[in-house]
Amino acid sequence: MTPRQRRWIFLVAGAGLAVFYLWGLSGLPGFGRYPGPYGFVILRLAVAQTNATGVVSAVNFDYRGFDTVGEEFILFVAATGVATVLRTLRGERERPAVDEAAGRHVPPTSSAVRMVALLSTGPIVLTGWWLASHAQTNPSGGFQGGVMLATAFVLVYLSGEFLMLKRLSPVDLLDAVEAVGAGGYAAIGVSAVAMGLAYLKDFLPLGQVPGAVSSSGTIALISFFVGLEVAASFVLIVGELLDQTLLIRRGS
Amino acid sequence: MNTLAVTTPYTVPVAMMDVLQVTLLVLVAAGATAVVLIRARVRQVLMLSVYGVLLAVLFLAFQAPDVTLSELTIGAVLLPVVLLLTLAKIRKKEQ
Repeated sequence: MTPRQRRWIFLVAGAGLAVFYLWGLSGLPGFGRYPGPYGFVILRLAVAQTNATGVVSAVNFDYRGFDTVGEEFILFVAATGVATVLRTLRGERERPAVDEAAGRHVPPTSSAVRMVALLSTGPIVLTGWWLASHAQTNPSGGFQGGVMLATAFVLVYLSGEFLMLKRLSPVDLLDAVEAVGAGGYAAIGVSAVAMGLAYLKDFLPLGQVPGAVSSSGTIALISFFVGLEVAASFVLIVGELLDQTLLIRRGS
Repeated sequence: MNTLAVTTPYTVPVAMMDVLQVTLLVLVAAGATAVVLIRARVRQVLMLSVYGVLLAVLFLAFQAPDVTLSELTIGAVLLPVVLLLTLAKIRKKEQ
């Protein structure tokens, strides 16, 4: 096919796409105009039904909790995939990276970077835990909290402590935490079934005060498990990639 | 149907919110274009991180603070870290 023919095919296809795209856009509801009743119904009922003032979490972990199980397992499978692809193959041995351009001048980690990383690690761990354990009271949740916990590990690496990072996050422990997180969520759902309720039906006491940390039953518990799973997955993924960069593997 | 709507009064004048939202939309479009146009790899990753921050602020202005938190950590920190590590690995192989 000549470039000229190809250009014509592109122009015809592009014009067709543009027409259908604009046609589709013209049928959308106006900016900021929400047409459906579902969101309004949830806003009216969620706090009274779940005692969770974090309505986003109530939707994620209760009203459409089954959907979120799927999302959590997507991350679980992704982390498993990375760990499988980057595993140590038969006949490969790890050895620490040596500088292959020996005469090169390598600037040390600046003390400003080390300082900022070290100072912010503690507050970030605290914020991460707070977010993961307060899904029921504000718009946060296990996902956000878990990812923030994982960034704390990245900060430890940034402060120049690669070996410290490896000691803080042994792969066996990460695997276990990830499994507990993913399995815990599914187990809460199955527990409800065992009691003769629908899968993931909130079966724990909802508490007296809407918006209290102890309120909302399984919503808070599920968020906690999601936090464990997400933090472990991301630390595992970043750790595997760091290994690939900093440890050189050689066939024996 | 609209009788179900819950009206939350803005604490900020609507016109001000409009200006803020339009400004952020323009900034996000400019940021995304910059990510595509920058060809130097490390700079491109850094711009991607800046773009992540812009997107996070946009989500906040559109009243989705939960998405803001996810975007800040994933888009501005973890994705750039993963990409930088990959670049470091490739560079080592190229030498």
